[in-house]
Amino acid sequence: MAEVLVFVDHVDGAVRKPTLELLTLARRIGDPVAVAVGAGASATADVLAEHGAVRVLVSEAAEFADYLVVPKVDALQAAHQAVSPAAVLVSSSAEGKEIAARLAVRVGSGIITDAVDVEAGAEGVVATQSVFAASFTTKSRITHGTPVITVKPNSAPVEPVAGAGAVEELAVEFSAAATGTKVLSRTPRESTGRPELTEAAIVVSGGRGVNGAENFAIIEALADSLGAAVGASRAAVDAGWYPHTNQVGQTGKSVSPQLYIANGISGAIQHRAGMQTSKTIVAVNKDAEAPIFDLVDYGVVGDLFAVVPQLTEEINTRKG
Amino acid sequence: MSLRIVVTVKYVPDATGDRHFADDLTLDREDVDGLLSELDEYAVEQALQIAEAADDAEVTVLTVGPEDAKDALRKALSMGADKAVHVEDDDLHGTDALGTSLVLAKAIEETGYDLVISGMASTDGTMGVVPALLAERLGVPQVTLLSQVSVEGGVVRGRRDGDSASEELEASLPAVVSVTDQSGEARYPSFKGIMAAKKKPVKSLDLDDLGIDADEVGLAGAWSAVDSATERPARTAGTIVKDEGEGGKQLAEFLAGQKFI
Ligand SMILES: Cc1cc2nc3c(=O)[nH]c(=O)nc-3n(C[C@H](O)[C@H](O)[C@@H](O)COP(=O)(O)OP(=O)(O)OC[C@H]3O[C@@H](n4cnc5c(N)ncnc54)[C@H](O)[C@@H]3O)c2cc1C
Ligand SMILES: Cc1cc2nc3c(=O)[nH]c(=O)nc-3n(C[C@H](O)[C@H](O)[C@H](O)COP(=O)(O)OP(=O)(O)OC[C@H]3O[C@@H](n4cnc5c(N)ncnc54)[C@H](O)[C@@H]3O)c2cc1C
Repeated sequence: MAEVLVFVDHVDGAVRKPTLELLTLARRIGDPVAVAVGAGASATADVLAEHGAVRVLVSEAAEFADYLVVPKVDALQAAHQAVSPAAVLVSSSAEGKEIAARLAVRVGSGIITDAVDVEAGAEGVVATQSVFAASFTTKSRITHGTPVITVKPNSAPVEPVAGAGAVEELAVEFSAAATGTKVLSRTPRESTGRPELTEAAIVVSGGRGVNGAENFAIIEALADSLGAAVGASRAAVDAGWYPHTNQVGQTGKSVSPQLYIANGISGAIQHRAGMQTSKTIVAVNKDAEAPIFDLVDYGVVGDLFAVVPQLTEEINTRKG
Repeated sequence: MSLRIVVTVKYVPDATGDRHFADDLTLDREDVDGLLSELDEYAVEQALQIAEAADDAEVTVLTVGPEDAKDALRKALSMGADKAVHVEDDDLHGTDALGTSLVLAKAIEETGYDLVISGMASTDGTMGVVPALLAERLGVPQVTLLSQVSVEGGVVRGRRDGDSASEELEASLPAVVSVTDQSGEARYPSFKGIMAAKKKPVKSLDLDDLGIDADEVGLAGAWSAVDSATERPARTAGTIVKDEGEGGKQLAEFLAGQKFI
């Protein structure tokens, strides 16, 4: 069977969930071959094997951390050359899209970004995309070269399946461009202990209606009762109530959880662009005319300062 | 020595309008108003600030798009850019991201540059790949997704706030930069700026001028093909209750029914 390259997104050897989802999708098209680079890359091999990787190509050169993006493109290109894959799958993170795009130019291939599904088709790999703030669903193909496709988190289930997971050293010859952009310093984000926003099964968000940084404690308490991630609208972020890394929407994160709860968020198109593909949508808003109610499976017209704490308490009671 | 800045700006359909696909499965531009992609206003703003901080600098705005795309150039000129370049050719209809980056790269080389500044993503295709593609094609460093940027002594520095870390980056010019909407509010054109823009030069180029063959771009030259586009069915109307004191409990009941609790 044809091999499919999966670029591994990991932090010091801890594989991120979207990569495990890519392995599920890759198996529909062929045999997944994982490419893991950077410090801790070899430590990813076991998890990747447990999720179906037949081979794991590893390179731990220092260049991956010291310079931006291009060294990773060089590595993926080396893997592409070594494997001649039927497709290349990369997570749709900001960096993932940049890596995929540059690879596509180098190997003479078309690119599809932000796919929400990938399947084998009569004329090659077919990718589903959700476009124009999720108002249209398109099916696309690559017509030239190896399909290079980036896939959004939460687009496929994580399915453990044993793969051989043979670890091989990937020989990477860095290009002249590789050292062009120096990373002078890197400050890791402090962990909140809550799930990653883009990977979470449940997201609880707050908007301008939350009315103050201190009031986000109400949103966090609800999130914690559900084991959820916390999101925010741009209005809340711009007001300085919550970090930009938690912004949901066109210029923030795009999320696609099983459940999205919007509190004090009106539902502007740019916010909807980042959450409209959530499976179940719930909103609490005191304005019955708020556009967010057009999207909801369940909505409560009311003051969030009354509704949200009551909801949290009820959930905690039911959990016992 | 003058610092030559080229800002790539895209003319996009208004996201608050009803966007559709045409019969050939490209974007139907017939019945939607277009405008300068809001995220490119941040790129223009940073270009103007960098130019203002430099001894001698020139800001050129560049777009690839239909006749109406001149509106996007005018907006950028009225914000304060010095001149504009418009790449316009019937054969460009349906061009994909790779083709767009090819045309932009050739036009940037033709214009001459030390620094290219782009938006983080367009508000229609929203791929967020063109800046990286430009760096690849031009063979210069990419310093992308910056929430803070400065240029001094032929070096660009910036901060990139990523998922798991914040990075301080540095590269020598020439380079390609992209900026996020966290980089600083974009200025509004002043009346004076709007009047001045009318007199600023807008240069038109076509594919011949750039030495690009028609079959390298357009729908036929695209390396990806859209086979179908279906409008997402409107969500079935959900249940909406008014909080009469039990709203939180009712919501909990719904969540329990859906097995979330
Ligand atoms: C709904 C939709 C889906 C699409 N999906 C795909 C796909 O999967 N694969 C594919 O190859 N193409 C796709 N395209 C086409 C692609 O979006 C455009 O061809 C192209 O202009 C580049 O992508 P972008 O607009 O997403 O740009 P981005 O990469 O999001 O743009 C980033 C920045 O690049 C600059 N820029 C981009 N385009 C121009 C321009 N024309 N003129 C000047 N500056 C510009 C701007 O500074 C912009 O802020 C799609 C288009 C649409 C409308
Ligand atoms: C280029 C661009 C990119 C953008 N990107 C994003 C993005 O990524 N994400 C994003 O979110 N926005 C984005 N925006 C901004 C977007 O247009 C809206 O301005 C923003 O989403 C509004 O946030 P909000 O819903 O919190 O605030 P508002 O629209 O002000 O809504 C607040 C809501 O809270 C309700 N409310 C107030 N008090 C209470 C209460 N006590 N109880 C219950 N409800 C209450 C109100 O009824 C109202 O509906 C972008 C805009 C632009 C131009």
